[in-house]
Amino acid sequence: MNPDYRRQVLTGWGLTSPSAALVGEVVPGELAERLKEPTGRGIVARGLGRSYGDAAQNAGGVVLRIGSSTSEVVIDSDSGTVTVGAGVSLDELMRILVPKGWFVPVTPGTRFVTVGGAIASDIHGKNHHVEGSFGRHVRRMSVVVANGDLVECSPAENPDLFWATIGGMGLTGFVVEATFGLIPIETSRCVVDTVRCRDFDELIGEMSIGDDDVRYSVAWVDLLATGRRFGRGVLWRGDHAKLSDLDAREAGDPLRYEPRRVVTVPPIVPGRGLVGATTSQIFNELWLRKEPIRRSGSVKSIPSYFHPLDSISSWNHLYGRGGFVQYQFVVPFGAEAALRSIVERIVASRLASPLVVLKRFGEANEAPLSFPMPGWTLTVDMPAVADGLAELTRALDDSVLEAGGRHYLAKDALTSAAIVRAGYPRLREWQEIRERWDPERRFCSDLARRLELI
Amino acid sequence: MENAVHEPQQILVLGGRSDIGVAIARRLMSPNTRYVGLACRRPEDATTAVESLARPDVIVEALEFDATRVDEHRGFLDRVVSEHGDLDLVVLAFGQLGDQERFDEDPRSAATVVDVNYTSAVAVGLEVARRFRVQGHGTLVVLSSVAGERVRASNFVYGSSKAALDAFAQGLGDSLEGTGSRVLVVRPGFVHSSMTAGLKPAPFATTPDVVAEAVVTGLRNGRRIVWAPGILRWIFTVLRHVPHPIWRRLPLG
Repeated sequence: MNPDYRRQVLTGWGLTSPSAALVGEVVPGELAERLKEPTGRGIVARGLGRSYGDAAQNAGGVVLRIGSSTSEVVIDSDSGTVTVGAGVSLDELMRILVPKGWFVPVTPGTRFVTVGGAIASDIHGKNHHVEGSFGRHVRRMSVVVANGDLVECSPAENPDLFWATIGGMGLTGFVVEATFGLIPIETSRCVVDTVRCRDFDELIGEMSIGDDDVRYSVAWVDLLATGRRFGRGVLWRGDHAKLSDLDAREAGDPLRYEPRRVVTVPPIVPGRGLVGATTSQIFNELWLRKEPIRRSGSVKSIPSYFHPLDSISSWNHLYGRGGFVQYQFVVPFGAEAALRSIVERIVASRLASPLVVLKRFGEANEAPLSFPMPGWTLTVDMPAVADGLAELTRALDDSVLEAGGRHYLAKDALTSAAIVRAGYPRLREWQEIRERWDPERRFCSDLARRLELI
Repeated sequence: MENAVHEPQQILVLGGRSDIGVAIARRLMSPNTRYVGLACRRPEDATTAVESLARPDVIVEALEFDATRVDEHRGFLDRVVSEHGDLDLVVLAFGQLGDQERFDEDPRSAATVVDVNYTSAVAVGLEVARRFRVQGHGTLVVLSSVAGERVRASNFVYGSSKAALDAFAQGLGDSLEGTGSRVLVVRPGFVHSSMTAGLKPAPFATTPDVVAEAVVTGLRNGRRIVWAPGILRWIFTVLRHVPHPIWRRLPLG
């Protein structure tokens, strides 16, 4: 055992399925050496631990955090790209990029993810329907593969490794550096249009028209409302504000960017947490009522529009020690009836917390394990200790597959190997590529074991 | 690996003929489950149990395992692991009730029961824990008994062996802190099963399925000890303090 490692119990952001691993912090130059050490149970990289399930855990094996310095961030204004170490977080990156008039090509609901994690999960954001997932914007990356070699890959060079690494859940190698495209911005604000929808049909209708004309679009659904109010929600659409959108005071410092953490949830929330059907119902009512029926052009900051939950540190502790599961799936366009019946099931179960996201995805990319496909994606958080959770998600799993959909591996903590095999028809192809680059199966994770990915 | 609701991929029941052990395995089987091993002295006796657990895509088998042959424990576990993967969930379910009157006549038979219920359980429990440390996760469910909570004259050899096992299992659980694995101690009351067939049921008698349900709830809520039925916890809180002259005369079977 390497003396720099220490045994630590890890979980994902959902706080479920703890397992112990030897955890170490390394710089990219040490990776080749670390891969030579016998580990018995493999090795996997862990960024900021934001995947909800067991993707960045490796029970009995080695888990490495790869340190990257923000001083090595290189912006190329001519090509509109940035080159950055994989351990740098989007938070760190945005603090550098935004004041210079650039924005990351894709951001998820939290900025506390690393670039390596963004690639491994092929993350998506509110702009997926027009600009695709993170992988689409990656021009090249360097990966330390199982034999210790630093391999350069891009859509033209070693394309098999490139695409298998995007969405590959860290099982093809260590991403150490990546170059990806940026979005030029005039200001650090966003202009947001809001539409409050009375029920599911109205929400689906609103989302189905006009999404293609806006860069960012996402909706919240009240998954506890029943009867006439079934499927009510709020749709937010926006884009980066132009200089002309700001008032005189703000226009003086258009690229000011100061994200803040407001409160922290201590890890002492009682066993079953504070998120129950009644508290959630009250929250949902207030959350909906604070939104106008219809409003255009309100100006918001980047954190309040993209990362509202990031202002609350450790919000995952709200669910108590038992943790929670974030269930996310996609069903293709045309399967709206299936989506509706899935939503009905969730509503009937009364297990949904207020954290719900509905979004339309655009085109998929070439990565065999990339999650997004053209269609509807729904994300819902549910307490892991709730009675009937497994029965519910199992029924949902079947409906999702039947509708031609699949589940997001970065969130998964509950589906089974068979469901993933059926949802990802290119899994076999990915496994063959992986096997070529890592024949001795040096890379492994709890997720890989549980879902028989390798 | 267990998933977020503690459904195991691999299940091993030590004492594969135990009705409670099999009921726990059945209750924890899910689409996540790949393997169930029922380990007992005579595998042919577990045929019915194996058939009752059969599912498509799941390997269910009876394995030859003699708890008292402590030298063979490591080899046995290694074989299961190399063929079927990590031990996600192990149920330590073997045990003998014995007959107090016979123990009084033949103290050597009492030693045999204690050897099975305690000594062998300690050896295999430690062996399982060793495996858990290597694999970085795992759940051990140990079947204790309320008979060990306060022993009675009518079955004090059995009761004392379970009291010892209970204490051992709690200590083992504490020793596994920080290893990603854990121990759940289960204290059932009188359970209608093949072990108790023909005996007069004690008050609050229950069934293997109720015990299995208590295990599932206990695992989900991160408990270290569960009682089955749950009310026994409160009853024994009182019984523990009942003065001796009264305790001896209580009609508890």
